[in-house]
This record gives sequence, C-alpha cells and structure tokens, in this order.
Amino acid sequence: MKNKIYQFLGFSIITLCIIITLLFLASIIYLIASKGFSSISWEFLTSIPRKSMTEGGVAPAIIGTFYLVIGSIIIALPLGVACAIYINEYSPTGYAVNIIRMSINNLAGVPSVVFGLFGLAVFVNFFGFGVSILSGSLTLAMLILPSIISASQESLMAVPYSIREASLALGATQWQTIKKIVLPTALPGIMTGVILSIGRAAGETAPILFTAATFYRRSYPNSPMDETMALPYHIYALMTEGTHPDKQVAIAYGCSLILLVIVLLISAFAIILRNKYRSTYVN
Amino acid sequence: MSTNNDRVKIKASNINFYYGQTHAIKNLSIDIHDNKVTAFIGPSGCGKSTFLRMLNKMNDLVPNTRADGSLLFDGQNILERNIDVVGVRKKVGMVFQKPNPFPKTIFQNIAYGLEVNGVKDKEFIRKRVEDSLKKAALWEEVKSRLHTSALMLSGGQQQRLCIARCLAVEPKVILFDEPCASLDPISTNKIEELILELKNFYTIVIVTHNMQQAARVSDYTAFMYLGELIEFDKTSTIFTVPKQPKTEEYLSGKFG
Repeated sequence: MKNKIYQFLGFSIITLCIIITLLFLASIIYLIASKGFSSISWEFLTSIPRKSMTEGGVAPAIIGTFYLVIGSIIIALPLGVACAIYINEYSPTGYAVNIIRMSINNLAGVPSVVFGLFGLAVFVNFFGFGVSILSGSLTLAMLILPSIISASQESLMAVPYSIREASLALGATQWQTIKKIVLPTALPGIMTGVILSIGRAAGETAPILFTAATFYRRSYPNSPMDETMALPYHIYALMTEGTHPDKQVAIAYGCSLILLVIVLLISAFAIILRNKYRSTYVN
Repeated sequence: MSTNNDRVKIKASNINFYYGQTHAIKNLSIDIHDNKVTAFIGPSGCGKSTFLRMLNKMNDLVPNTRADGSLLFDGQNILERNIDVVGVRKKVGMVFQKPNPFPKTIFQNIAYGLEVNGVKDKEFIRKRVEDSLKKAALWEEVKSRLHTSALMLSGGQQQRLCIARCLAVEPKVILFDEPCASLDPISTNKIEELILELKNFYTIVIVTHNMQQAARVSDYTAFMYLGELIEFDKTSTIFTVPKQPKTEEYLSGKFG
C-alpha cells in the first residue's frame, strides 16, 4: 500500500514537471505569436526597411538569417562528420583520442560571444573576409561544430559492430565499409544533430554581432562577402537602439515570430528528409 | 595432427594466439580438407572461434593481439605481416553467429560484395544476386520483394541471406561461426541442409556448440579444450570411438 502511494506521488511529480515544461513552451509561443502577429503582413515579409526601421519590412534580415544558417551548416557538417569518423573509426591510440575528445567538449563550452570575438580577430581581420556572410557563417560553424561532432559520433557508435565485420569479411576495405555501410546507417542520427544545430545557428546573436551583421541595409546581400541583416541581431538592435521604441518593439516581436517559424520550417524539412531516408534504408 | 589423403586446403602448423597476456590458442596444428566440412567443438572459451577468425584475418581488427606459427592457405602463409588482408577475406567468406544483414534492401545486401570489388556490370550483378539467392535456398521466398529491406526478413531468412551474400563473392572457403545459435529448429535444419549442399563446391569450417549439429553436418571434427586441440579425426570416429578420455567426457556431457 505504501509503495503504491510512493508510486502515485512519483508519477505525479514527473507529470507535473512535463506540464511545467510544456507551459513554458506554450507561453513563449503564445506571447510571441500574439504580440508579433499584428506586425506580420506580406509587405513586412517581402520588402526592405524604411524610415529608420519603423516601416517597411524585414526581408533582408530573413534572407540574411537563411544564408547564415545554410552557410554554417555547409561548413560545419562535412568538418564535423569527418572529425566524428576520425575519432570513432580511425583514431590511432586511446590517449590521443581522449585529448581530442576533451578539446571538442571544451569547444562546446566556449561562450558564444567569445566565438564572436574570435571570428572578428581571425575571419574578419586576419583572413580579411571583412564583416560578411562568409565570416559570420564560419563563426557560427565553429559554434555548432561540437554538437554536430557529438551527434555524429553517437550515431556512428550506434552502428552495430557486426555489420562492419560483415562488410570487412566480404573483402571490403575499411574505407569502403565506412563510406558504404557505416555512414549511410548513421545518417539519420547525424541529421538529428544538424536539425538541432539549425535552431542554434539561426538564433545566436553574439557570434554574428562583429562578424556578419549590420543593423540597416537597403539591399539584399548578393555575395558571401557582403555584410547582412539577420533576424536575431535585428531584434537586439530594435530593442536597444533607435528613436521610436513604440513602433520598434512591435516589429521586434514580429521578427521573433518569423525567426521561430523559419527554424521550425528548416527543421521540419530536415526531419522529413531524415524520415524519408530512414524508411528507405533502414526499414 | 593430420588425417588421410584428402586434398589439404588450409594447413595450420604450431599456431599460437594471444589476446594481450592471455594465451588463447596453444601450439595448434591441423589440416583442413578441400570440399569437406570440418567442425570445431569444445566448451566456451576454448579458442575455437578465435581459430576460425584467424582464417579470414578478422582477429587483425582486435587490438593487442598476436599470432605466430604458420597458416598455409593454398600454400601461402597468411600470418605473414605483409599479406593482402582484403585478398584473403575475398577468398575466405564468413557467416556470423547472429545474422547481420546490412540495413539495405535484399538486393543491395547481395550486390554489395561485388560492388566493393569493382564489378560495374548491372546485368552481371543481377544474375549473380539471383544465383546466390538460389544457392542459399532463399530465392523462392524473396524473389518478389528483392527491393525491400533485408531487416524485414525472419531470423532464419536473414541468416540464409548472409550466406547468399557470402556466396556472391565466390569464396573458396566458408567459415560458419555458430550459424544457428540464434535460430529456431526449423531454420537450423534449413541451414544444415544448405551446408551439406555447399560442401560440394566449397571448403567449410564450422564452429558449433551443438554436438548433434557437428555430427550431422561435418566430415571431420576437431575437439578443442583450453586453447589446445585435444583430438581431430573423422567425425564418425570422434563420435563413436574417441581416442582421448577428455573428448569422450565432453561428448557424453560430463563438462562443457
């Protein structure tokens, strides 16, 4: 009887925790949607800002965020997967691997504003890429690299050893085994890492603050070397600068809503891609 | 130990194998005959699977291992350092304890071995896939769904798929590492029939915990205990008049 009561209490507490978490999410979505929805219009989505940000749209920021996310994934995905393969499939000794693994974990702990400063020093100044989409993408790529590496590594580790053996026993080389058996099997897991990274890359402000973002731009970026508007930085700027706070706050909420929707859309696309892949290859 | 005058396919002389400090195989010598089934029996940990995995160099993947002695495969010592490991594995196929199909379609599973060996001809691959599945007695069951996932097959079908996959690269020797350990009696029966069929074309080495299985399928039986080869003879001899008391004890179930 006593055990039953404890069980009831235990499950009740767990349920309560879930409800609280969901409430957070629901209230964020509700707040952003209710405050931001009034700003959204076709013009808001498709035109460039006018009258020092108080009218017109935020299309350059939407496009900019899109470019930055795509750019950082294009850079970080191959790098991250390669690192994960090296660590998991290829590394020579346990000692070296431990050091590499520790370094990557440390990379994950670096605050994002530090990445921003690093990007400024290295990509913007040292390599001379300037404040540009390229510099911003590279900096964001560094930020999301650790999560792509660890997601890739975990999904590589989850590939059963028995099918690697099967491949090698058929006379495949280790490289063929990795390329044709291990990677395709691990791909859905790697995609999960990418999906999580998309949200991160789209939402981070600090890394692009000094490397890519500009508050106001009358035209769309048309080369990777252009500086760009981006939604997270635009929100930040609307809330901290400018002379018309009454109008700016509403626009900031509108931008937040768009940012949420963009992240959801890109993630949904990646999830569909992953599930489609999973159903063809795994089941 | 060697037995009569069948053609010797694999000749092991004074083989030792170590996992770190553990001496897993002790001074083993044995002749494995062409187109015969040789079974290895013995209690867990006696070194029989280790020996089997030496034959296609799978132990090379295990760190901190060491082997000495000579293991002649068609006259070539495959324990030598500069041996072409991939080449050996093409000639010596292996079927594992648990069915391990790739998470791909049935067709892709069989075609894989050909593709990694550089075969491009689509028609040739298609023909070889069909032939291999027929040889593995699986064709009739899967011919209408070649392009569905291999993971949808039953355990017994998966194991026959793994045999077909192995046959597709045309090995000379096929190693079976307790191939029926995870299968039901009906599937086991099918695999055993298949082994008897295959020995007409291949040299077969099988490790098994099931003594009846060894008696049913093999021509020669080797009994190993604590890393040593205790007795090796024709299966009919081993199971009726074993020479070593240890063998008799094991066969009569006194330990194991």
